[in-house]
Amino acid sequence: MRAQILQRLASGEVLIADGATGTMLQAAGLPTGTPGEAWILERPEEIMRLHRAYVEAGSQIILTTTFGGTRARLKAAGLDVQAGEINRRAAELARQVAGDPSTGSGQGEVYVAGDIGPTGDMMVPLGPLTYEAAVELFAEQAQALAAGGVDCIYIETMSDLNEAKAAVEGVRQRCDLPVFCTFSFDAHGRTSMGVSPAQAARTMVALEVPAIGANCGHAPEEVLDILPQMREAAPDAYLIAKPNAGVPRMVKRQVVYDATPERMAELARRYVEMGACIVGVCCGSSPADIAAIAAALRIG
Amino acid sequence: MANERLFEEMTKAVIAGLPDKARELANEALHAGIDPLAAIEQGFKPGMDVVGEGFARGELFIPDLMMSSKAMQEAIAVLEPEMMKRKQHLQTLGKVVIGTVQGDIHEIGKTLVATMLAANGFEVHDLGVDVSPQQFVNAVREVNADVVGLSALLTTTMLNQEAVILTLKEAGLRDQLKVIIGGVPASPEWAKEIGADAYAENATEAVEVVKGLVQA
Ligand code: B12
Ligand SMILES: [Zn+2]
Repeated sequence: MRAQILQRLASGEVLIADGATGTMLQAAGLPTGTPGEAWILERPEEIMRLHRAYVEAGSQIILTTTFGGTRARLKAAGLDVQAGEINRRAAELARQVAGDPSTGSGQGEVYVAGDIGPTGDMMVPLGPLTYEAAVELFAEQAQALAAGGVDCIYIETMSDLNEAKAAVEGVRQRCDLPVFCTFSFDAHGRTSMGVSPAQAARTMVALEVPAIGANCGHAPEEVLDILPQMREAAPDAYLIAKPNAGVPRMVKRQVVYDATPERMAELARRYVEMGACIVGVCCGSSPADIAAIAAALRIG
Repeated sequence: MANERLFEEMTKAVIAGLPDKARELANEALHAGIDPLAAIEQGFKPGMDVVGEGFARGELFIPDLMMSSKAMQEAIAVLEPEMMKRKQHLQTLGKVVIGTVQGDIHEIGKTLVATMLAANGFEVHDLGVDVSPQQFVNAVREVNADVVGLSALLTTTMLNQEAVILTLKEAGLRDQLKVIIGGVPASPEWAKEIGADAYAENATEAVEVVKGLVQA
């Protein structure tokens, strides 16, 4: 039997999460404009191949490919009617790569995190989404992910504090898995909705969310300023750092994220020094970034 | 004197982002027989300027900007019938067609730019998100646009900014209008490379740059 993810974190261990999904699937041929979620049912082998690549590079937590998996976001591609199936299946695919928790088989001890992203709609009064409707969207998604066998729920790229609260509440309505929540601080050190790292941390602590942090956002260096602010506001929380692999630029019609795997590894080591215990990379990264981080953290 | 106090309150209502209050003040101006255009220009609009600057500096955020825009739009809606009666028109600085390019559904920044342009006197036609080059061309023809604004937030969709420009060229429309691009991955260099006329980093800057484009 292997240890639950929270026990692993409590033991002081640093766990390595995974890297980008969207940009990797596009590199594998996902057409622009088609959400990655479409491949969960259509091309499950590609989804599993991606998970396997991250596990082989050293990821100990893999995120399901369900960032845009709320019914609200799947609607744009006409996939909303299959929302439950898509989320459950995504969890099963990741589970298959990670191995069976009851026996501890598979690729060592790899955890599956059920990924939940924003609904894409603004909340009342700025937009049409009511708090209750948001809770229900997240509850449905969490239920399907839990049914597919995830180890925890991982809410990410949040910028609206109310939407994040609704997500936590929705998850709790339908399962008792640990809930993690990270925010995207991409506007002068705050989220685009103006939420500061301390505010985000305090709110999540009040909701008893054990692991909080920063993902996506702007330059990965900015996370070095964000982590201490979260630490101060939430001394006992497990901190997560999963920034982008630099800032995207277009060079000769090719997208480049300007941070190398070596740079991400160097930053990862500094995040850990600042107390981060889950480290991964967001947009623009690949298994090469995870491999570099894994090497750096094992030696370090 | 009384007018000035009212104008000041209008400015404050926009800065605080209070649509109800803005509507109330607009009605008060109508009852007092105040020139509706003056109420907009000297009352409400200066508030939008303050908020725009705060946003560009990173002191204000999307909710602030959106609530202030709402307040501004509510006030204009109240004042508009009276302006029509007086045959006043808010001076239209030009017609702008704006949208997020094909394959891209990021709408917040684009909508913000559209709102700010409208609040600053442009006639804005917002085509929404995931807009094809042909839809841009059709809209440009239909409204006889002076400026086309192209938003792209994904590095994978910024190539579609170029696609729109090429389609405008093919339709023979490129020379009669200006093209401005924006969005996180765009840059002045990218604008130059794809043959756009301008780039703006945020909604505040977009207003200034588009003003410059229509004057040129
Ligand atoms: C909110 C958000 C979303 C929401 C969008 C909700 C909505 N209804 O719009 C959702 C969750 C749906 C989403 C989806 C995705 N997103 Co997104 N998203 C963002 C985020 C966090 C904020 C964007 C935003 O609204 N900013 C606030 C507004 C006010 O700012 P803005 O958009 O930059 O606009 C300002 C300026 O750019 C400028 N501007 C904008 N448009 C225009 C137009 C003109 C003419 C002018 C002059 C100026 C101008 O003025 C605006 C106002 O100041 C950004 C991160 C970031 N830092 O931008 C990522 C980001 C844009 N997303 C990203 C990605 C990868 C995705 C997904 C592919 C993720 C996925 N795997 O599903 C999908 C793609 C969906 C699609 N096909 O479009 C990446 C893009 C990476 C890249 N370079 O390609 C970003 C940059 C995150 C990152 N740091 O890597 N996303
Ligand atoms: Zn990201």
